[in-house]
Amino acid sequence: MSISTTSEKGIEAISEQEAAIVVRDLVKRYPKSEVNAVDNISFSVKQGEIFGLLGPNGAGKTTTIGVLTTNVRPTSGAAYIMGINVAGDPMSVKQRIAVVPQQNNLDRSLRAREILTFHASYHGLSRAERAARADALLNELGLGNRGNEMVRRYSGGMAQRLMLARALMHSPDVLFLDEPTNSLDPQSRLFLWDRIRSLKEQGTTILLTTHDMEEADQLCERIAIMDKGRILVLDTADELKKLVPGGTRLELRVRVPQRVASGSLQVEPQTPSSVLAALRAIPGATKVEEVPASEGEEDMHTMQIFRLYAEDAGSLVVNATHAIIDIGAEIRDMHIARPSLEDVFIYLTGRNLR
Amino acid sequence: MNTTTTTSSTTLPGELRVKRSTSRLAIATTAFLAILRRDIVVTGREFIVFLIQVLLQPLFFLFIFGKVLPSIGFARPGFAAILLPGIVALTVVTTALQGVTLPLVLDLGFAREIDDRLLAPLPVSLVAVEKVIFAAMRGLIAGAIIFPLAYWILGNGYSVRGDAVGTIIGIMVLTAFAGASLGLTIGTLVKPEQIGLMFSLIFTPLIFTGCTYYPWGTLDSIRWFQIVTLFNPLTYASEGLRFAMVPAIQGHTIPTLAMGWVILGLSVTFVAFLFIGIQTFRRRVVS
Repeated sequence: MSISTTSEKGIEAISEQEAAIVVRDLVKRYPKSEVNAVDNISFSVKQGEIFGLLGPNGAGKTTTIGVLTTNVRPTSGAAYIMGINVAGDPMSVKQRIAVVPQQNNLDRSLRAREILTFHASYHGLSRAERAARADALLNELGLGNRGNEMVRRYSGGMAQRLMLARALMHSPDVLFLDEPTNSLDPQSRLFLWDRIRSLKEQGTTILLTTHDMEEADQLCERIAIMDKGRILVLDTADELKKLVPGGTRLELRVRVPQRVASGSLQVEPQTPSSVLAALRAIPGATKVEEVPASEGEEDMHTMQIFRLYAEDAGSLVVNATHAIIDIGAEIRDMHIARPSLEDVFIYLTGRNLR
Repeated sequence: MNTTTTTSSTTLPGELRVKRSTSRLAIATTAFLAILRRDIVVTGREFIVFLIQVLLQPLFFLFIFGKVLPSIGFARPGFAAILLPGIVALTVVTTALQGVTLPLVLDLGFAREIDDRLLAPLPVSLVAVEKVIFAAMRGLIAGAIIFPLAYWILGNGYSVRGDAVGTIIGIMVLTAFAGASLGLTIGTLVKPEQIGLMFSLIFTPLIFTGCTYYPWGTLDSIRWFQIVTLFNPLTYASEGLRFAMVPAIQGHTIPTLAMGWVILGLSVTFVAFLFIGIQTFRRRVVS
């Protein structure tokens, strides 16, 4: 199957020496569970790469991160961080990694700056280093004047930034971000994206999980899509998009008059189905479909939306325009869409709710 | 010029990359001490609140049972001397126990504030050991403060043997560690929604079957209850302190459990529950 070859390509592309993360035949089955939470996955991430782990809830992303960050013991298989076996020497792994979790787990008994300095002292930084790095990171993350506050008063975005600052205090080689921008405002999200990119530039390896397809598209060099404990595909965003059949699509919003003035154009009143038939006749269109206009939209009853799929949807523009004008309908909007990661995601994992 | 360029080019990356110690023991010890320091800083900051939390209850016990009841004739005048060791033992045990249990139940349940310490470079069992050591320290501080407090409340009813200070301290230390390790086990087994139940199901029997308010020897007439009390570690603490604290009254020393049993009871509690607690702790934090 083509899907499994893409995931194998993901492993072999990187030699063991330059890999920051290696996961080999990893299986995790929780006690009393019937199924494997992680079901024989393998992948590796090279140093300085941003790697995305996507998948619906319950796909096994968090368990995978759990294994890599020492708090889930694998049932079989192995994981390595910077060449160190995670299950065999968790203490050395913990020196080299940092985690920004989904949930706020800041130490609420401490002030913001103390959270950073204590974290650094757990990791053995000297007093002077702790102070200097804490101040630098607080300033860099826009928390410079809030360092002496208790974090109970912090907003969600501030807490997220402080957790990132905490993670960076001991200069980890590998940074794990579990849905880092979930529930952040757009400003904080863009800010975090910039920070993630600049960390990559400094050589930090980043593994992030997300539901946000745009985020994965923007940040990740390679993406693995997981479902039911398995990696379905692993490749660059561009390659993944090619998996959706039909390639690009041309989307048309067409207004079809109920009755075209019969005097000027000798045509019968048009129905949407005849528009559909006309569009289907266009050479090069692999698939044509009508999608319902959304509820409450203006002209809902006279507006039709059509999607034409083709390897190169741009080549359909001229023919489609002619076909619609010939029918006597009116084009209100036309654009070419490329499949998004979301299309890939839905195509691979289906529409069912988890 | 040349030398300055070389040094600056080597120190610059050093700002980004943290120097790491190479000895595993040194790394783990540093992390352990830092975690202990964190707890000391946090408790130090709310020390007054801590004192009120742990001392208000024993203060009332001493006042009602040691002062009011003897004064109005419902208890014998010497009762305060017998009560005081029990109150010290109770304070040390409950302070040490709750010092682990309550934060741990909340932390493992939903707050997850402990996560950052679990990711520190040391074995996770040492995070549990730190909790026990720190809670034992809290228990000892609370227990020690009972003495001046009792001196103030009981007035001339206060009488403590002065010749066994070493034994008193030794038993208090052992009691604190036994209470804290029991707290570790309870804290890793109880879920946040069961906290209310824990108070009535664990703490209440612990308080009342621990020979706090009565010497073990006097329970002869209620044999079954005398046996029940032997399953409570607090009994050994109360009896041990009673032995070391209650002075002879008119040449009569009060009969207590033998010191050998006291040390055995507290040591077994400490070792067994520390062992169980570390296992359950590991199971909670590493799945």
